[in-house]
Amino acid sequence: MFNLAIILGVVLLLAILFLIFRISSLISVAKGNSNKIVSGSNKINGALFMLFLVGMGFLFFWYSFKEFKNYNLPVASEHGSQYEFMFWTTMAVTGIVFVLTQILLFYFSWKYQYKKESKALFYPENNKLEVIWTFVPAIVLAILVFTGWRVWTDVTAPAPENTNNIEIMGYQFAWEIRYPGNDGKLGNTDYRIIDATNSFGIDFADKASYDDFTYREMVIPKGEPVTFNIRARDVLHSVFAPHFRLKMDAVPGMPTSFTFTATKTTEEMRAELNDPEFNYEIACTEICGRGHFSMAKNLVVLEPDEYQKWYAEQESFLQRNPEYLSKVPADLKELAMLKTGLGNKELEKQN
Amino acid sequence: MSTATEVNISHEVHHDEHHDHEQSFISKYIFTMDHKMIGKQFLVTGIVWGVVGVLMSVLFRIQLGFPEANLEWLRPLLGGWLTEAGKIDPEFYLALVTMHGTIMVFFVLTAGLSGTFSNYLIPLQIGARDMASGFMNMLSYWFFFLSSVIMMSSIFIETGPAAGGWVVYPPLSALPQAIAGSGLGMTMWLVAMVFFIVSMLLGGINYITTVINLRTEGMSFTRLPLTIWSFFLTAVIGLLSFPVLFAAALLLVLDRSFGTSFYLSDIYIGGEALPNMGGSPILYQHLFWFLGHPEVYIVLLPALGITSEVIATNSRKPIFGYRAMIGSMLGITVLSFVVWAHHMFVSGLNPFLGSVFMFLTLIIAVPSAVKVFNYLTTLWKGNIIFTPATLFSIGLVSFFISGGLTGIFLGNSVIDIQLHDTYFVVAHFHLVMGSLSIFGLLAGVYHWFPKMFGRMMDEKLGYIHFWMTFIGVYLIFFPMHYIGIAGFPRRYYSWTNFDAFSSYTDLNMFVSIAAFVTVAAQLIFLFNFFYSMYRGKRAPQNPWRSNTLEWTTPIEPGHGNWPGELPKVYRWPYDYSKPGAADDYIPQTVPLSSTPESNLDHEQELAKQEKLANTAHAKKQF
Repeated sequence: MFNLAIILGVVLLLAILFLIFRISSLISVAKGNSNKIVSGSNKINGALFMLFLVGMGFLFFWYSFKEFKNYNLPVASEHGSQYEFMFWTTMAVTGIVFVLTQILLFYFSWKYQYKKESKALFYPENNKLEVIWTFVPAIVLAILVFTGWRVWTDVTAPAPENTNNIEIMGYQFAWEIRYPGNDGKLGNTDYRIIDATNSFGIDFADKASYDDFTYREMVIPKGEPVTFNIRARDVLHSVFAPHFRLKMDAVPGMPTSFTFTATKTTEEMRAELNDPEFNYEIACTEICGRGHFSMAKNLVVLEPDEYQKWYAEQESFLQRNPEYLSKVPADLKELAMLKTGLGNKELEKQN
Repeated sequence: MSTATEVNISHEVHHDEHHDHEQSFISKYIFTMDHKMIGKQFLVTGIVWGVVGVLMSVLFRIQLGFPEANLEWLRPLLGGWLTEAGKIDPEFYLALVTMHGTIMVFFVLTAGLSGTFSNYLIPLQIGARDMASGFMNMLSYWFFFLSSVIMMSSIFIETGPAAGGWVVYPPLSALPQAIAGSGLGMTMWLVAMVFFIVSMLLGGINYITTVINLRTEGMSFTRLPLTIWSFFLTAVIGLLSFPVLFAAALLLVLDRSFGTSFYLSDIYIGGEALPNMGGSPILYQHLFWFLGHPEVYIVLLPALGITSEVIATNSRKPIFGYRAMIGSMLGITVLSFVVWAHHMFVSGLNPFLGSVFMFLTLIIAVPSAVKVFNYLTTLWKGNIIFTPATLFSIGLVSFFISGGLTGIFLGNSVIDIQLHDTYFVVAHFHLVMGSLSIFGLLAGVYHWFPKMFGRMMDEKLGYIHFWMTFIGVYLIFFPMHYIGIAGFPRRYYSWTNFDAFSSYTDLNMFVSIAAFVTVAAQLIFLFNFFYSMYRGKRAPQNPWRSNTLEWTTPIEPGHGNWPGELPKVYRWPYDYSKPGAADDYIPQTVPLSSTPESNLDHEQELAKQEKLANTAHAKKQF
C-alpha cells in the first residue's frame, strides 16, 4: 500500500513537471522568443557563473582551512617532511593558477555575455602571447620537476649498509612480517615449500634462515634506517603506511623494497595527537580481492634501545617450530642447532 | 592512387543519381552504411551504456556513503549479490567498480564520444559524401555491438563480471582462485575487449583515411575545424595504441587458459604452489598503460575539439591561436605515448625510469596549459551566447583546469608515493577525464542535435540539466581530494578496519547524496533527448549561425549529405565577428572575392587569385 502511494506520488510529480514544461514552452512560442538570438536566460546563466565562482570559491577556502588538521596526516618519517615540502609547494603553485584561471573563466563568461549592441573582438592570434604562456608554465614545471626529482632520488637511493632489513609479505588477505635475527640476514625463501606453518616458504637449506623470526606486528626502531623487503605470494598487493609517506607494490616473483627512517615513536605520536589509542597502520592499496579493504597491520615504532631489547627477546622460527629441523640438510643440522639453541635442549635430553 | 580516385568519382555519381531513393528499414536503421546513422547508433548505444555505468556507481556510492543501508528491496535485481544482511557483497562491490570503469572509459567515452562524433561530423565538416569505406564503418559499429552484448552478458552470469579493477592486473585477473570474477566473467571481458579493439581499429582507419583523402575542394588541413583535427589525432592515437592492448589481452588469455607464464611467477594460492615461473606482472602493466595512458587522450581530445568549435561559435569569436591549438594537440598526441609509466611509479619500477617518466609527464602539462589559456582568450571580449552547449563547454574548461592541475601532483613521482591509488587519483581522473569528456559529449549532443534529428532540444531543460550536473560534479569529486590527501585508498569496500581512515563518514555521505542528485538530473537530459527527437521545435537551417560545412546541408541531410555538388571551401572555419563584415559570421563556403569589405591583407591577395581562377573556369565553360 505504502509502495503504491510512493509510485502514485512519483507519477503525479512527473506529470506536473511535464505540464509545467509544456506550458512554459508554449509561452515562449507565444512570446516569440524563438526568433530572438538570445532569450532572457542568457543574463541568468551569466550571473549564475559569477554566483558559482563566489559560492564554490568560498566552500573551497572555508573547507580547506577548517579541515586542515583532519586531512593532513602527521608525518613520522625523515623523507616524509621532504614529501610535505614538495606537496605544499606544488599546492601553492597550482593553487594560484587554479584560482586565477577559474576566476578569469567565470568572470569572462559573465562579463562578455551577449549584448545586442556589442560585437566580439576579432582576435585570431598573437604569437607573443602563445610563446609567453608556453614558456612560463614550462619553466615553472621544470622547477617543480627538478625539486621533485631530487627528493625522489633521495627516497629511492639504495639502502645504507647498516639498515634494518625486515620482510613484509602480502597474501590474501593479510601481511606477515619476518625479521632476519641476529645475523641481520633474511634467509632465502622458495614459494614451492610454503605450507600452513611456514607461510613464507623459508628455505632451511640457507644458513641465514635459522635465526629468522616472525612477529604479529611490524616493529621498527626510531631514528635508524629501516628497509622493508616487500614480497607477495599470490596476487599484487601494495604496502601503504600513510604516516610515513611510504608506498610500494608487493609483486609475486619480483621482490621490491622501500627504505626510510622513522622520526617519532608510537608513544610520541600518541602524545602529540593526544590520543592514547593511536597506532600506526599499514594498509593495502593494490586491489587484491574480496578482503582488499581489510589488510590492516599495526606498525609500532620503538626507541632504539627498546627495540634492541625486544629484538633480543624473540624466539626464532625454528625454535618455535622445532619440527622444521627435519627440513634442514644433514650437514647443516649441527649449525642450526647451535644457532637456535635447540641443540642444547636435545643434548640435555640425551644426558 | 588513380583507381582510388575513380572509385571515389563513381561513388559520387552513384549518389547523385539515387540520392532520394527509398531504403528498406534494415538498410536504413540497422545495417546502415550511412555515417550519420552509424554516428547515431554509437550515440544511442553509448547513452544506454552510460545509464548502466552510472547506475552501478549509484550502487557503490550507497555502500560508501550509507554502509548501514539495507538494500533488501533490490534483491529481485541483485539476488545473491546481496549479503544476508541486505548489503552489497564485497566481491560484488569490486565487480561494480571494475565494470563502472570499463563501461565508462571504453563503451561510453571512447565509443560513445569518439564513435559518435567522428562518424557524424567528419564527412559533414570536411565536405564528403560519406566515410571512405561505409562498409567498414558499418562493421565498426557491429563489432562494437557484439562486444557490448558480450560485456553486458557477463554482468548476468553466476560468478559475476570481471572484478579486478578496470585495469585487470594479473595475477588477480588471471587466477579464478583469487576472485570469482576472474573466472568466466574475465574471459568474457577479454573477448569483449578484443571485439571492441577490432571495432575501434576499423573506425580509426576510416576516420584517418577520410580526413586525408575526402576533403572537399579548398578544405586544406589549415582550414579544418578543430573538431576534425581532434578526431583525426584521436584516431591516430587509437590506431597506434589499441593493438598493444590487444597484445596484452592475448598474453593474458594464454596465461589464463593455456598454461603460459607471461605474467605469472612464484604464486602460492588456495593451498597450492602454481607451476608458473619467470613471468612478470609488471610486463602486463607496461603493455596495459601503453594503451591506458593514450586512452586518456582518446577520450579527452574529441571533447576538447568539440569545445573549441562550440566556444568559438557561441562567443562569436575566432578560436584564439588556431595554429597553437593544433600544435598543442599534436604535442599531446606524441607525448601521450611516452608517459605511460607514471601509472607505475610505485610498482617496483626502476627509480631511474621513474625519473625519466616524471620529466616526460610534466612536459605534457605544457600543451594542456596552452589550450586552457587559448580558451580563456577566446572568451575574452567575446559576445557570448549561452546555449546549453556553451555552458557545457565552459564547464569543461573548468574541469580541465581543476583536474589538470592535480595531475601535476600525481605526475611528480615523489608526491605520487603517497597519493597513488588513493581517492586523490579518483578525484583527479574523474574531473579531467570522466566529467570533462562527458561534458564534451553533452556539449556535442546539444550543439549538433538539430543537425542529427532536424529538431531543437529544449533550452530551458538544458540549462537546468547543466547547472545541476556542473554543481553536482564538483560536489561529488572535489571533496574526494581531501579524502585522498588523508590517504583513503580507492577500491575499498569500507574503511572501518583502519583507525587512520575512520574519519570522513560525513563527507562520504555528502558525496553520495551529491551523486544521487546529479544522477537524477540526467533524467532531465534523457527526457529532453528522446522527447525532442520527436516533438522538439523544428530546427532552422543554421541555428547557431555557425561557419562550418554541416550547416550548408539540407536540415535533414539524406544519404550523400549534399543533394547537388559538394560545397567548395574558401576560408577557415572561424571568421566570426570579422571587422567590416555585415554579419557576425562568414560560412566557409563564402568566397573571399565576395567579401572584399572584410578581407585581411593576405586574404585580398587570395581573393584576386580566386577571381582569376573563376574567370579561367568560366572561359573554359563557354
